[in-house]
Amino acid sequence: MKARISVTLKNGILDPQGKAIEGALRSLDVPGVTSVRQGKVFDIELAETDKARAEAALKLACEKLLANLVVENYRIELLA
Amino acid sequence: MIAAVVTFPGSNREGDVAKALRQAGAQVHHIWHGDSELPKGTDLVVLPGGFSYGDYLRCGAIAGRAHIMDAVRAHAACGGLVLGICNGFQILVESGLLPGVLMRNAGLKFICRTQNLRVERNDTAFTSAYAAGQVINVCIAHGEGNYECDDETLARLEGEGRVAFRYCDAAGVVGGKANPNGSTHDIAGIYSDKFNVLGMMPHPENLIEDLTGGIDGRGLFESLVAL
Repeated sequence: MKARISVTLKNGILDPQGKAIEGALRSLDVPGVTSVRQGKVFDIELAETDKARAEAALKLACEKLLANLVVENYRIELLA
Repeated sequence: MIAAVVTFPGSNREGDVAKALRQAGAQVHHIWHGDSELPKGTDLVVLPGGFSYGDYLRCGAIAGRAHIMDAVRAHAACGGLVLGICNGFQILVESGLLPGVLMRNAGLKFICRTQNLRVERNDTAFTSAYAAGQVINVCIAHGEGNYECDDETLARLEGEGRVAFRYCDAAGVVGGKANPNGSTHDIAGIYSDKFNVLGMMPHPENLIEDLTGGIDGRGLFESLVAL
């Protein structure tokens, strides 16, 4: 089974990298950009075939390592 | 004083901190991140500066979950001393031994220069050789030293007097340009609730010889050895 985990900064957490990218997009005349927040994407392959067990394992991965829950949120998507 | 300095893949200040500890009179053991036990009689564990695991994922994230950290957590839980410097501070917050997080510097640049610090209190194991309120000049060298935490944690840190050092100017005044990285409340280092764990971004181990810029860092190691 394949999965994609997205880790993003929580609302209200200052993201200086996102701000710098936002400024760069404006300087490149990309129209209408009002905000950029940078995050991370993890593409994970699992031997597990049971959806619930796969989700449980991925949740564990997020909470033990992939996200720092002090400042980050995570989202798990199971892909076909 | 028996000190155990932990080396992770990518640590690079373990030799300097060992030199500073030995100069102050400590007996130093070097241990590896894959070890599962601390040397018998260890009083102090030091997590040195560097770029453990190349700062992959988040600074200190992978090292914070290394095998040896279970032993370090157990040591701290029994009141044992733990000192994390720079990447070591990042490892301490990632491992849950200290609260909060070290974010990218507000100015986005890696900063490597000398910096004044105000010693907030001198009644701890780490700072007895300094005076309370003393301004010391040490080095900073980091890209992610911007300490942040939630309001509740910040109120607790301030209320319990757990801020160890604040960035300041030569006169000891905090704020404005004296803050190099945007750290909340100018925090450069914090203690655990029992004051036996200290995490700090600056490098006191750089300032132990007049030949290389000054000796203001010696007090921290002398305080520990005087216990």
